Amino acid sequence: MTFELETAAHPENLKRIVIEPVTRVEGHGKVTLLLDADNRVHQARFYIVEFRGFEKFVQGRPFWEVPVLVQRLCGICPVSHNLAACKAMDMIIGATVPVAADKLRRLMHMGQILQSHALHFFHLSAPDLLFGFDAAAGKRNIAGLAAAYPDIARQGVALRRYGQEVIRLTSGKRVHGTGVIPGGMNKNLSRDERDYLLKEIDQIIVWSQAAVELIKAIYCERPDFHDSFGSYRSSFMSLVRADGALDLYHGGLRARDEHGQTIFDHVDYTHYWDYIHEEVKSWSYMKFPFIRVHGREQGWYRVGPLARINNCDFIPTQRADAERRIFKEFGGGSATQATLAYHWARMIEMLHAAEAIQELLHDPDLQSDALVSSGARQLHGVGVIEAPRGTLIHHYRINEDEQIVRANLIVATTHNNQAMNEAVRQVALQYLDGQQITEGLLNHIEVAIRAFDPCLSCATHALGKMPLEVELLDASGTVLQRLIKDSDGRYRA
Amino acid sequence: MGAPAMSNNMTIDGKHVPFSDGQTIMDAALAAGVYIPHLCHNPQFEPHGSCKLCVVSVNGRNMTACTMPAAEDMVVASNTPELNRDRKALVQMLFVEGNHICPACEASGNCQLQAAAYYLEMQSPHYTHFYQPRAVDASHPDIFLDLNRCILCELCVRASREVDGKNVFGISGRGIGTHLVVNAASGRLGDTNFAATDKAAHVCPTGAILIKRQGYRIPIGQRTFDHHNISEVQMKPQEPEHE
Repeated sequence: MTFELETAAHPENLKRIVIEPVTRVEGHGKVTLLLDADNRVHQARFYIVEFRGFEKFVQGRPFWEVPVLVQRLCGICPVSHNLAACKAMDMIIGATVPVAADKLRRLMHMGQILQSHALHFFHLSAPDLLFGFDAAAGKRNIAGLAAAYPDIARQGVALRRYGQEVIRLTSGKRVHGTGVIPGGMNKNLSRDERDYLLKEIDQIIVWSQAAVELIKAIYCERPDFHDSFGSYRSSFMSLVRADGALDLYHGGLRARDEHGQTIFDHVDYTHYWDYIHEEVKSWSYMKFPFIRVHGREQGWYRVGPLARINNCDFIPTQRADAERRIFKEFGGGSATQATLAYHWARMIEMLHAAEAIQELLHDPDLQSDALVSSGARQLHGVGVIEAPRGTLIHHYRINEDEQIVRANLIVATTHNNQAMNEAVRQVALQYLDGQQITEGLLNHIEVAIRAFDPCLSCATHALGKMPLEVELLDASGTVLQRLIKDSDGRYRA
Repeated sequence: MGAPAMSNNMTIDGKHVPFSDGQTIMDAALAAGVYIPHLCHNPQFEPHGSCKLCVVSVNGRNMTACTMPAAEDMVVASNTPELNRDRKALVQMLFVEGNHICPACEASGNCQLQAAAYYLEMQSPHYTHFYQPRAVDASHPDIFLDLNRCILCELCVRASREVDGKNVFGISGRGIGTHLVVNAASGRLGDTNFAATDKAAHVCPTGAILIKRQGYRIPIGQRTFDHHNISEVQMKPQEPEHE
């Protein structure tokens, strides 16, 4: 571990390099590096500098409004917040969600996983993976990808579009729909809508499989490099189904340590606070969750595709499970720890989402009209799902008048806070330590962050801006080198 | 006695509009299928004339169509760029005076303020938001009162007084301090005899008075204004009511 790099003992005499904001991630983050006169790294931090405060301003609002309100945390994964909040509200109204509504929600969620994973892989990360981390900056984007690999870029766009169509037909809109309501759903999937989605699903599965093959080929071409880049060992946490299967919508919490030993398993998430605590650090608006029994220093962990594929015993769809076995074999039978293996795991999940959509579309329950239920009122509710980026916890308390009095959101990216900082420090030590800083080298840091597909807006409710400015200062604070990236992507000194 | 005699001597935007004695310009326009934007007017209640959205030019003078009696030889202009510009400004002022968060509001798609804004091609609130702190009252077991969205149309005041016979609501304060009040010593809706079946619980043109736990039950695509704009909806014989 590299905790010693979290806070330098004597920062006053060190050069400061800032990457702000980190690009090709959702939201607005920043990296700072403190270097001595020989460019040795003394401090490396990845942090979020803005705050949005949803937990505060939902207070006083009626509980049934909140699942729609909190969707506005994000434009990429609003479905995740919508579903997690609604699961909490199901608990508040004492509802057992009808089978048909449960399946419709799962379908919506799979659409979300498909579109979000496609967005991340094809739009945000593929340029790094296909062109190289220090390729010309002007090429490392979706337009560069479209020029060099038009078929791959087209498939990426088509996969995302299909996922958005699944969301539209289940929620009413591609982004920020209102299909999910406390206790169930407000609409089913008509036969026409089902047939429309069925027309393309076979092709979507083929393209998802191709995406797995692509990342597998990229990864296995230079396995040592990909295994070691920004890598370290850590615990993993995710939801798993009662039988140990991958389940992105519902299940119990499972955490395993860096040696694969179980820390807790099949934990009822409505008591998550018995297992996870959050630490606040003065330098970031993002909290640092940790597994209680391991303490603040040792209790950090990773969530998201890598955690889920490592943690589950199997995937309940055929093709994705076959890919999981190959992935596991590649890792020598135990949990794969490599930071860049996130991409591989993510594409296996995308394939699973496509297969699960196909399965669900053939289920006649989706045309049922029994969509809502309710029961005995409670004053608090917890909803947890596996969002594209990892475990998402929504926790609400209401008063007797049905208004929210307290909200706590632990978002996937927040769980990964310490892990992303660790990856940044590893890369800083591996590639930047003692080197002349270049844009390509700084992108190595961003590549490590991007592997987690962080959504900084979700995690701290920050709003993004796109310019980037990097300064290299000497020990006396004089600017030695400056690189500015404008909002149009152009670099200038 | 036959039906009241109809005259054809009033024109609205060049169209002959018949009217009978006692009808306002708004009454005659609605009956003739001519849409004049309005928010505080509801044909089921006495005119109020407060929102000023229905201001039309009558023989060159600006008048509220909902209160001005129709008369012989009136030349009314309504759908003009100038009047629509002023109407848009009025709607924008309503948006910045209250706290209308359409993206999360359960009235979205059923809201007349939102629909009027679309109809008048409002692209943004334009003016600086007041961000006034407004109270919410959740004390009633079946109804949620959110003053953030109140536009002081007094439809609930009129409905409660004239239809429900309860006088649950009133308007208090002056100028920018004007606000809706609840007729109870505590000021809380839960301490009144207001009921979810009351007419006043279903006339709010925005999302200020809501039946609890019903939000978002109508899917997108089936809401009042999803497929028809406010002029088409309000030209139907029955005035739309917020669910």
